[in-house]
Amino acid sequence: MKLTDISGDINEWFNGSGPLSEIVISSRIRLARNIAGYKFLSRCTVAEKSEILKKLRDILVSLELGDEIFYLAVDKTPVLDRHLLVERHLISRHHAFGKGPRGAVIAQRESFTAMINEEDHLRIQTLKGGLQLAQCAERINRIDDMIEQRIDYAFSPRYGYLTACPTNLGTGIRVSVMLHLPALKMTGQIEKFLNASKDMGLAVRGLFGEGTEAAGDFYQLSNQVSLGVSEAEVVAQFENVIIPEIVGYENAARKQLLSKEPDILDDKISRAMALLRNAQLISSQEALFLLSHLRMGINMHERMGVSTPAIKKLCDISAAGGKVDKPGSLSITTINRLFMLTQPAHLQLNCGKTLDAAHRDILRAKIIRSALNG
Amino acid sequence: MQCQVCQKKEATIHLTEITDGVRSEMHLCEHCAQEEGIAVKSQLSINELLSGLLATQPSDDEMLGGAEQEKACPNCGFTLAQFTKEAVLGCPNDYEVFEKSLLPLIEKAHDGKTVHRGKVPSKTPKDTKKQMKLAALRQQLEAAVQSEDYELAAKLRDEISQKG
Repeated sequence: MKLTDISGDINEWFNGSGPLSEIVISSRIRLARNIAGYKFLSRCTVAEKSEILKKLRDILVSLELGDEIFYLAVDKTPVLDRHLLVERHLISRHHAFGKGPRGAVIAQRESFTAMINEEDHLRIQTLKGGLQLAQCAERINRIDDMIEQRIDYAFSPRYGYLTACPTNLGTGIRVSVMLHLPALKMTGQIEKFLNASKDMGLAVRGLFGEGTEAAGDFYQLSNQVSLGVSEAEVVAQFENVIIPEIVGYENAARKQLLSKEPDILDDKISRAMALLRNAQLISSQEALFLLSHLRMGINMHERMGVSTPAIKKLCDISAAGGKVDKPGSLSITTINRLFMLTQPAHLQLNCGKTLDAAHRDILRAKIIRSALNG
Repeated sequence: MQCQVCQKKEATIHLTEITDGVRSEMHLCEHCAQEEGIAVKSQLSINELLSGLLATQPSDDEMLGGAEQEKACPNCGFTLAQFTKEAVLGCPNDYEVFEKSLLPLIEKAHDGKTVHRGKVPSKTPKDTKKQMKLAALRQQLEAAVQSEDYELAAKLRDEISQKG
């Protein structure tokens, strides 16, 4: 697989579809595993790492997943390509820029990926658009079963799957849900959400996971406890309790904005629109922040049937000659595509050359203007 | 509700204190609560968990039996001091070797829970001892190759493939 085959479009799970996708961007489940009889990676020699890599790669590329499977030797992949994989959430930053022999397996149109020799010998994950954790869980469990037929995992009856870091011990599961919460932010309630999440023992991170700030009102919520609770319990708590509750709060905040502060809402959307349609230079942070407001406006129109003057204008863009996917309205897919394709590595791979930050800002502004103005 | 200190931000921390039978309430935003030195409960990071690990005094029992702090894992040579630096363990065996010291950390990280409840591999590796034996054999194999003792290496390789 050449990465330019995928870099021109968004991945399937990011296309704005799926249950509750007006607020829930994506669902992801990861399992951490280690092979029995080997040391953890921090104590492995290069030769041992290569042996583990070969073993796991052979198993993974031969899995019957009903789709093409690609393997990438991450340590031999060019730096820009590695950045692209991180931007697409296919591998972690830690994996992209780590040390030693390591690889990534990508399948099912980017909805299944595996990292070999990240922090653990193996980390497998499934992704889906919207709130679809049960489906992610079912699929990852099935793939895990297939792998387990071919290899012994390090497992203890007392502690479960043994992981390099005790924080992943037990099930090795990490459930992560990416949320778009612009109205909670605008109405000043986001801190309440963050505090409540922490009280429930959940981790809140930014768009790109560990160590990143939330940008453009996107928040990633994950479980921290993986020992003493079953996989099904963790998944059910997210799918039936935590996420529906947060979605409820965000929806209430959107309604509150509409009824009490429609001017503030319209001002944010109009300003975002004006800047995005006219800016000649735009950083990825600013683009993320402004596109977030457009995303909320379109979703309010599509899912809540709302029409304020600014939202109406936003949704009429196609009539004014904007380039859109389907005639009649500016779609969430277009906005999501702009989120992804204006990331630094996407910009550079798609134009076929490396660009410094200033030139990236020019190109980013140009792509956004052309999508929103025609 | 507004923060009663800055009068600007939303109060997200609500405290009720009863001193000498008198009840008082405080409503603060996160920022002002921090300024007032009021700790907000939050998930401990791995580094915070680790910093507490070596600070605990060894018990009498440990003093008699040799403290885990001094111990190195016979399988991977790992020590607790290394763990506090790197935040990852050396091998699966470390969970047994350093169990006493790791248990409080595991308990803290997993909301008080210390026993696995969840998926069990259908073909469970029978016991960790067998796994460790394999790891030890691999280590011997590595040493044999390095010292160019190919006869021993071949023997070890066969033994590994038989057991694995």
